[in-house]
Amino acid sequence: MSDSSRVRPGSTLEIRDLQVAVEDKEILRGVNLTVRAGETHAIMGPNGSGKSTLAYAIAGHPKYTVTGGQVLLDGADLLDMSVDERARAGLFLAMQYPVEVPGVSVSNFLRSAVTSVRGEAPKLREFAKDLKAGMDALSIDAAFAQRNLNEGFSGGEKKRHEILQLELLKPKIAVLDETDSGLDVDALRVVSEGINRFRSSGETGVLLITHYTRILRYVKPDFVHVFAGGRIVEQGGPELADKLEAEGYESYTKATA
Amino acid sequence: MGLETKPLSTLHDKASYDVADFPVPTGREEEWRFTPLSRLKGLHTGAAASGGVAVQVDAAPEAVVETVGRDDQRLGRAYVPADRVSAQAYAAFEKAVVVTVPREAVASKPTVITVTGTGEGAAYGHTLVKLEPMAEAVVVLEHQGSAVYADNVEFVVGEGATLKVVSLQDWADDAVHVSHHHALLGKDATFRSFVVTLGGDLVRLSPSVSYEGPGGDADLTGLYFVDAGQHLEHRLLVDHSTPNCRSNVVYKGALQGEDAHAVWIGDVIIRVEAEGTDTYELNRNLLLTDGARADSVPNLEILTGEVAGAGHASASGRLDDEHIFYLQARGIPFEDARRLVIRGFFAQLLEKIELDELRERVFAKVEAELEK
Repeated sequence: MSDSSRVRPGSTLEIRDLQVAVEDKEILRGVNLTVRAGETHAIMGPNGSGKSTLAYAIAGHPKYTVTGGQVLLDGADLLDMSVDERARAGLFLAMQYPVEVPGVSVSNFLRSAVTSVRGEAPKLREFAKDLKAGMDALSIDAAFAQRNLNEGFSGGEKKRHEILQLELLKPKIAVLDETDSGLDVDALRVVSEGINRFRSSGETGVLLITHYTRILRYVKPDFVHVFAGGRIVEQGGPELADKLEAEGYESYTKATA
Repeated sequence: MGLETKPLSTLHDKASYDVADFPVPTGREEEWRFTPLSRLKGLHTGAAASGGVAVQVDAAPEAVVETVGRDDQRLGRAYVPADRVSAQAYAAFEKAVVVTVPREAVASKPTVITVTGTGEGAAYGHTLVKLEPMAEAVVVLEHQGSAVYADNVEFVVGEGATLKVVSLQDWADDAVHVSHHHALLGKDATFRSFVVTLGGDLVRLSPSVSYEGPGGDADLTGLYFVDAGQHLEHRLLVDHSTPNCRSNVVYKGALQGEDAHAVWIGDVIIRVEAEGTDTYELNRNLLLTDGARADSVPNLEILTGEVAGAGHASASGRLDDEHIFYLQARGIPFEDARRLVIRGFFAQLLEKIELDELRERVFAKVEAELEK
């Protein structure tokens, strides 16, 4: 397919002893996790366990202060890079609450993003074709491209739009922060299909953060990690998700309280 | 022609053609407290006219353009000066430009009035744009060059007529401009004003609207970009004195650099007799750097209980970190992200300029401001 240069087999995201604070409050207390190309890791945990902090800290949100550790993408420390450099290095964060940006149209935004990530402006006709195909696949109405970024989008539209970006930008590693939250079953299926298309090449890694096991029926993880109290407290295969489904997080929250 | 007072409202309480009716401002007066008087270069103390501007008119073929003397009876009928500098301009102008669009005529192209400062000292001007009933026209006022200039512009929009005005203040860095734009709307008249203020050391522009009959519809839009050291002030006044009229005011500005200062005053009066008025005013300021300051004061004075709608909003703030983060997280470098967000901030306003060529020019100018 086009742009094979961006997706190199063998990309690896290594999170080493990551410690993160928000306004002097320690949230992440030493996270270790390695995501390789072709792997899908689910991070599950109760609200307030620090899952989203992990996502935003990796992406470089200014609210989060890294107080220790490393995040390496193919050996280069993302923590030394600006937010946009991280994205151009091949990291993608699908946001839980994508912000509305008044006056910036979806098509203008997407073209700017694709141009930045690829390092050159896409050919207009090719871009229009890719965009249309991407939107069709996610059942996004064509008029959507002319709307202002996330403005007045329903919860489902926002999430589809995040996945559209994922498919257009083709990162090496995708961090999906509760992409399933607030979706009805139909939207969840559409969004999951997008994620599955993205990972079907086997050359990308996925870190899927979720509170619920529901999405894991559509996007099968290779590894499941339980997050509590700012660190990973248990790891396993897909069967761990089934256990969480049956038993909930109670035993973990008690243990770390 | 002595002093007229309208005691019912505190927002517009004085009007006179006589300079002597207005004391020289000290800076403590409500209407002058934001303006740095020392930078007016004498416009408020009666600086002598030395003819420092050249006025050119490129008119639509349907419009009649005249240059007339002070004694022309049509001048000063729609508007009575409301402050010292306005009265000074009215007392001191030598020639006025009168543009008339005859009854039911539809102007086939914009009429462009270009005021070019020649840097030769103070100048005073007067312009009257008169649309007779059912006429339609677009008028562009362009201000450029280096000037110390005070003027009054009267827009008389006849019954059922539609006037669209774009006023572009694209002065050189040292220019001083104090201007009043007054629109008098006849029954069912439509007035669209689009003010763009970018250049000048000090610009103080006061657009006002009054209504002669019901059904008048005024839409006042403004865009300004204030750089270091600039003082750009816009003082809006909409005086609803007849029933069932509408007004909508939206002004947006961006500020960057040390001592960049924007002032926006949005006064709306809904008088006792103006039942069924529908009005809204909004001002937003985007502070792009430290050291810039925006003063924004909406005043809504409602003297009747029977309004269709009345609201105002004012907000000044910085670029939203979350907007920038979102764009950067998609690989877009900080400077590009910032440009996209600022462009977006102005986009909805710029779309209101219906003339493609002019919209593109204003857009390009805003882009150029961003590159500074």
